[in-house]
Amino acid sequence: MQSEPTRRMFLGGVAASGAIALAPLPALALNDAQATQLVDRVVSDINKVIANGGSLSGMIRQFERIFSRYADVAIIARSALGVDARRASSSQLRAYTAAFQGYIARKYGKRFEEFVGGEITVQNTRQVKSFHEVQATVKLRGQAPFDVNFLVSDKSGSPRFFDMIIEGISLRLSEKEEIGAMLDRRKGNLDQLISDLKTAG
Amino acid sequence: MMRGLLKHMKFAAFGAGLLLSACTSMKQQVATQGGINDPNEVENRQMHAFNKDVDRILFSPVADGYGSIVPKPVRNSVSRFADHLSLPNDVMNNLLQADIGGAMHNTFRFAVNTIIGLGGFFDPATAMGVQRVDTDFGETLHKWGAPEGNYVELPLFGPSTARDTVGLVVDIVTDPVTLALEAPERYLGTGAYVLNKLGNRYDYDETIDSLLYESADSYTQARSIYLQNRRYNLGMTSGDAYVDPYFDPYGDPYAE
Repeated sequence: MQSEPTRRMFLGGVAASGAIALAPLPALALNDAQATQLVDRVVSDINKVIANGGSLSGMIRQFERIFSRYADVAIIARSALGVDARRASSSQLRAYTAAFQGYIARKYGKRFEEFVGGEITVQNTRQVKSFHEVQATVKLRGQAPFDVNFLVSDKSGSPRFFDMIIEGISLRLSEKEEIGAMLDRRKGNLDQLISDLKTAG
Repeated sequence: MMRGLLKHMKFAAFGAGLLLSACTSMKQQVATQGGINDPNEVENRQMHAFNKDVDRILFSPVADGYGSIVPKPVRNSVSRFADHLSLPNDVMNNLLQADIGGAMHNTFRFAVNTIIGLGGFFDPATAMGVQRVDTDFGETLHKWGAPEGNYVELPLFGPSTARDTVGLVVDIVTDPVTLALEAPERYLGTGAYVLNKLGNRYDYDETIDSLLYESADSYTQARSIYLQNRRYNLGMTSGDAYVDPYFDPYGDPYAE
């Protein structure tokens, strides 16, 4: 009688561990559908901007809103800074992240003009390591379609994309090269980089 | 025609064999999966500065002239023609890669666009769902297992790798169209190629200007973008971009 619950608990435990082994993802982790949903929202917002056109400064503003709402700006900024992020104080990192967001918005937002009239379509989603890759195609007028992949994670607490890869070219890696070169030019002076980033792009 | 083609293929295969062994003897310093292998950075940077001068003084102004004088539809036709002339070379490489599907695809494109597309100035094949899938001898070498080799910036052609440089030379020397035609027609392809490049320089002016003249270091930007894009097109997908930044050695902002 006494051994009964123990045995049941043991069997339950075996069944539970089996269930865990069968379901590789913990219940709370991001799934493909949620990652796709996030990118669907990003794409629909971007498609709205490029369908409406409008002034350059307006498009940059809208791009910054999309970027700050759906991207994990903190991790993109931090990984662009690379090893130098280690020696930054928390207030420097905050100021840098804010400046980086504006810089990205200006640099890529002003390119939105070229996308006016184009359309992005989500194709497929797959899991890579701990994150998800949402694959999309961009069709611009009079051009062959090209691939844009979004890497999505919920490590920040909510699903956000942390990279955008256009025909294999990662925004995050390209900016890592660029931010690294900017910092080298300023002899590693992080405060100088932050103040220059506020107007760069 | 077919016998000529076979002869070129045999020649190319023979040459490639030689070059392949040359490639492997270049030492496999890197496993070619990600990372940048650029031991000749000093010389490459000098070449980059030269290429930028050529672009600023000659290429970009000429492209501006070409783009503003020749209307877009005509430029597009010239680009399609240039692409069309590269198809026989694509087919040859498809075959060397044992990619029969690709060879049929590109042969079909060549036939349709030659006949219905008025010699390749139009592209009805794409409208029929048979889009351009180009290849080159650099890709053939990759499929044969040749390592990427060192990064190199070539005069006028720009960013490349040791493997792609060998590929480029072989593609130029063994191009079936050039070999099939006599002078002066054989310069048609070169002419279309140059005009196509000028048209691209004009159409992507802002992108190229921002890369070359607004980057903090245009050399590293060009190198990074070239390698990422090239590796992607060769299907080397396990690149640096897929290294999880949340497990970054530089520290995780979400760690407690």
